Amino acid sequence: MLKMYTKTIALLGFVLLMSPHSVSAQEVSFNRDIRPLLSDRCFACHGPDAESRESGLRLDQPGGDEGAIGFVIEPGSVADSEMWNRITTDDESEIMPPPDSHLKPLSKQELSLVRRWIESGAEYEGYWAFEPPALPDVPVVKDPSWSEQTIDLHVLKKLESMGRLPAAEADSRTLIRRVTFDLTGLPPTRAEIAQFLDEQQQSPDQAWEQLVDRLLSRPQYGEHVGRYWLDLVRFADSAGMHKDFYRNHVAYRDWVIRSFNANLGYDDFLRYQLAGDLYPHPSQDQLIASGFNRLHLIIDVGTALPEESFSKNVIDRVTSVGTAFMGLTVHCAQCHDHKFDPITQQDFYSLSAFFNNIDAQPETVSGRGPKMGLQPPFISLATPDQRKRIDEFDQAIAQLEELKKLAAEVEAEKELLALSKRLEQGREKFDESIPKAMVMKEREEIRPTFILQRGQYDAPGAEVSRNTPKFFSPLKKSGEVASRLDLAEWFVDPSNPLTARVAVNRFWQQCFGVGLVKTSEDFGNQGDVPSHPELLDYLAVSFRESGWDVKALLKQVVMSKTYRQSSIATPEEFKADAENRLLARGSRYRLDAEMIRDQILATSGLLSDNMYGPSVKPPQPKGLWQAVSMIGERYQPDTGEATHRRSVYTFWKRSMPPPQMTILNAPLRDACIARRERTNTPTQALLLLNEPEYLRAARELAVLTLKQPAGQRLDFVWETVSARLPDKNEKAVLEELLVDLKAKYSANPALANELCQGIEWSAEESTAQQNAEVAAWTILGNVVYNLDITKTKD
Amino acid sequence: MASAETMDSSHNRRRFLTNAGMGLGVAAFANLLASQGFATPAGAASISGGTRGPHFPAKAKRVIFLFMAGAPSQIDLFDYKPDLVKLFKTELPKSVSMGQRVTAMTKGKSQLIAPSKFKFSQQGDSGIWMSELLPHLSGHADELCFIRSMNTNAINHDPGKTSFCTGSEIPGKPSMGAWLSYGIGTMNKDLPDYVVLPSAFWSGKVNVQALYSRLWGSGFLPSKHQGTSFQAVGDPVLFLSNPSGVDAKIRRRMLDSLSELNTKHYSEIGDPEIETTIAQQEMAFRMQTSVPELTDISDETPETLEMYGPDIDKPGSYARNCLLARRMAERDVRFIQLFHRGWDHHSRLPENMLGQCRDVDQPTAALLTDLKQRNLLEDTLVVFAGEFGRTVYGQGNLTVDNYGRDHHPRCFTAWLAGGGVKGGFEYGKTDEFSYNVIEDSVHVRDLHATMMHLLGIDHTRLTFPFQGLQQKLTGVEPSRVVKEIIA
Repeated sequence: MLKMYTKTIALLGFVLLMSPHSVSAQEVSFNRDIRPLLSDRCFACHGPDAESRESGLRLDQPGGDEGAIGFVIEPGSVADSEMWNRITTDDESEIMPPPDSHLKPLSKQELSLVRRWIESGAEYEGYWAFEPPALPDVPVVKDPSWSEQTIDLHVLKKLESMGRLPAAEADSRTLIRRVTFDLTGLPPTRAEIAQFLDEQQQSPDQAWEQLVDRLLSRPQYGEHVGRYWLDLVRFADSAGMHKDFYRNHVAYRDWVIRSFNANLGYDDFLRYQLAGDLYPHPSQDQLIASGFNRLHLIIDVGTALPEESFSKNVIDRVTSVGTAFMGLTVHCAQCHDHKFDPITQQDFYSLSAFFNNIDAQPETVSGRGPKMGLQPPFISLATPDQRKRIDEFDQAIAQLEELKKLAAEVEAEKELLALSKRLEQGREKFDESIPKAMVMKEREEIRPTFILQRGQYDAPGAEVSRNTPKFFSPLKKSGEVASRLDLAEWFVDPSNPLTARVAVNRFWQQCFGVGLVKTSEDFGNQGDVPSHPELLDYLAVSFRESGWDVKALLKQVVMSKTYRQSSIATPEEFKADAENRLLARGSRYRLDAEMIRDQILATSGLLSDNMYGPSVKPPQPKGLWQAVSMIGERYQPDTGEATHRRSVYTFWKRSMPPPQMTILNAPLRDACIARRERTNTPTQALLLLNEPEYLRAARELAVLTLKQPAGQRLDFVWETVSARLPDKNEKAVLEELLVDLKAKYSANPALANELCQGIEWSAEESTAQQNAEVAAWTILGNVVYNLDITKTKD
Repeated sequence: MASAETMDSSHNRRRFLTNAGMGLGVAAFANLLASQGFATPAGAASISGGTRGPHFPAKAKRVIFLFMAGAPSQIDLFDYKPDLVKLFKTELPKSVSMGQRVTAMTKGKSQLIAPSKFKFSQQGDSGIWMSELLPHLSGHADELCFIRSMNTNAINHDPGKTSFCTGSEIPGKPSMGAWLSYGIGTMNKDLPDYVVLPSAFWSGKVNVQALYSRLWGSGFLPSKHQGTSFQAVGDPVLFLSNPSGVDAKIRRRMLDSLSELNTKHYSEIGDPEIETTIAQQEMAFRMQTSVPELTDISDETPETLEMYGPDIDKPGSYARNCLLARRMAERDVRFIQLFHRGWDHHSRLPENMLGQCRDVDQPTAALLTDLKQRNLLEDTLVVFAGEFGRTVYGQGNLTVDNYGRDHHPRCFTAWLAGGGVKGGFEYGKTDEFSYNVIEDSVHVRDLHATMMHLLGIDHTRLTFPFQGLQQKLTGVEPSRVVKEIIA
């Protein structure tokens, strides 16, 4: 057992350092200390938005006509700074922020920061996230013995500045489970654990690297890492509005998985999605990737006004680009200039001009919805064989046409007509079996774009042309009119301050549960300040310089000593730094819904390793679709292997996503989500205890367990599910439980029988006894599946 | 063989509690309650601003929101316009329609006036005009507070319902019930704060509009604030029942082992989240009793059941859901939202209206009576509304007895009762065509602000930091509390 209070003294120091009081020891930093205060309390009326600017004063910049310095701030003197008077006065009518804004007055500590900032010269700094990242110096640490890796040096430097030490390395079993989940979304098998432990005997560091390399090369890697991307771009299998028709984005989902597995550079990953259709001779993959632009929600025709739907689709598209690639809330500038970030309404609509020239209907067809869930423009993904077959159909149909012309008799003509009809039907049916992908396509003539006043589709203002936000480095046009491909190049240009930072931050978040910038969807002024700014920049620059190599980045992260720390701590330490922003330990947090389900399937031996293809429908409680549907849709669950596919392939209906996922915080996929929240609720407990498929998996696990020698069964279950071996106390609890359960089920064969439905025993076995045995082990397995350590990554 | 006593004993658990040297059970619950009510929201650290409620004494403790999905016609139910009869099948004056936006369905078509075929009469001491379609509800006229000047921006169902339920047409925002759960927290420890009861069937046979779980979602608020939708078939709460082959004793025995092991792991790992897991597993166990007890109506008197009308026997009916709503109000569920679909009457409105009103009239009246006789109406706010109104001009073939009506966001009627609003009161006016609001406009946002006010919340102060903004239910457009309707 851990000695909980040994670290109390160190912790005390930590708490003091983390509190605002401690800042007096450090210099005031504009970006870290002052800008967030000004943004939060002042920018709404004294910031970038000219419309809402009061008194001709802006505090977001020092100079210019309305700038702060020399206007309300006199560097070096608070007494001469009107701003200081206004934030400290007792006069209700003068005080800032004004009481009716409901913004919190500045606290004593905050005032002290402002005072010291003004007194030390009121230096403004450029906003960190809008300056291109530069490679920081390698940090110098007091104790270099912990690690030579750059990530670790950055982390250690911060720890040392707070008088803290990193935690010890986690034990081997915790480590292999952690990294296997983080790189494949699955738990390690017992064989994989044994192999790793064995290799570790030889050389610990080499064993770790070999393990990481093995995991990165597994196809399950792409399924796992791709899933985060699918949240971000709101991938789903339905339209999301009105009748919520089926919508076929399967090819896009599969492309995401394949791209991560092939380690496509993140720059091309971005280019293809934004503009794959604009390459001179686009490959099939580039076209599929451009389907990114089709993932928005879409309404059916005859409901809204098409112009309104069109405008909503464009805005939805731009919003997703803002969240996914820029990490900015650009959509805030839809109705007015951004209140906190330097993005004007003109910038927003100039950006939207890249996305409003789509050659597609803004609404789906009505009736039963688009055929096969596809709406033009889409492409056929026929294999050469399939293409050949289609050609054969076409040739036969053409030949018949010729014959028809020659046919003299009415009877013969009739027969030929019937034949050609049958052929056409055959062709259609065959064509339906060929996968297709919705893609992006430009209209020939460019649709003009206007600023929409107040964001209203029917209130166009000034015309704008395609451009990137003026605040950032300028767009390079390859032709007379800027194209989406130019935009993509602008995103991956080294001068772009956001793209690499936003990307590495999300990959970091996948491994630690929280990004270095916690608000991974917002790097703007109202976003979170990075916990380790130099580490973020180091990762961003080296990621870009590596050729945007995602696998190399992830490898670098999980190879670090920081990643390999133990997550054990005292309750006080957990409470003091619940999200582990300081990285003084390994991160410990609940697995995502998909990982929890996949873990249950994998450890019970049920998981199918089939990849790709149409989404599948594992069983769910009856009546959920019907309860919301307009068209009486009922959920028709699949059977057999399809019910045991990885969760990334589960059918996602936006109006009613699978409850096994949403109960555990999966988003609805009707908006772009860069990070999921994690709650702990009674409905989650009910799901994990009672979901019939999960209990069935526990029974499969029981059947596997009973094939083990009697003395090794508890070890088998515990290790299979948690990757650890049970200790003496744990075994004692389980043994006691097992005895009680066997007694209970032996006394109540009917109950045991209910759990054992479908198992066939050979004749000589005593069914009742076997049933009781299986039932008891099933419940024991269910208990192990419900342990906190099972649903959590330690 | 073990006896039942050993099965249910908790000595194992105690062993670890003692070893760990802490009274974990109590600690875990305290921790849980704190996390349910007043923990710092994720992301709040860096941004100042809103405080959770209540901000001042509340007039209502809970809400029953009767949402008529599909938008019932205010002209046929509430907004009495006797002079329209004379204008049957005449063109709606352009001076009234003012070239306003219409739906794709009636765009470019002539707008011929369709008077209501239903009779209205004055009811109660207040003399409020009520339609013959609502005979039972008419008996409560003196308790109802009508807002005739409701209006919204959305002209189609999906955005209309989304903005009515979440304050924004754009999906992704938290629903009203989620805001309340977040803002003023729970009043009971065995049931969810926010329960949704969709009718499983309805009479209107045309154009039934979809629902979306986002209508009761938590958006960017922690998901524990999302509505729990009760199902008409199977478990009322998903995965509530023990699966086949597991009975209550086995479940208890499992939970004892689970708690024992989790407690051990807590003592080793130190993460307080493990305590929460233990507490939530126990809460789940309690819900397995409290929810069936809630939905089991066998303890209701025959008089009560009769009052709710013939549909009371059918699980999933609006009538049954009204009764469940009362039972939830008794148990202090904070926000109870019924959804009754089938109101989208683009054609054959009179015929469909009869069925729909038969569905809701008697049960709604019974709910009011029932709440009142149990002294619950005074602190329960009942709200009845659809996502928008319907046009005065007809859609489809127009005869005196048969017509349809298109969507109309520019005015509609909602009523409130109980929970601190004036009874027998009418607020706001529409023009003679029930087309434009001419007095005291109440936008959906204003209704939201007012509802929150009645619950003790200042809508401008209940905020949550997301995407760099202090987000609130009423959004960034101006909105107001309609103080005039408050008793």
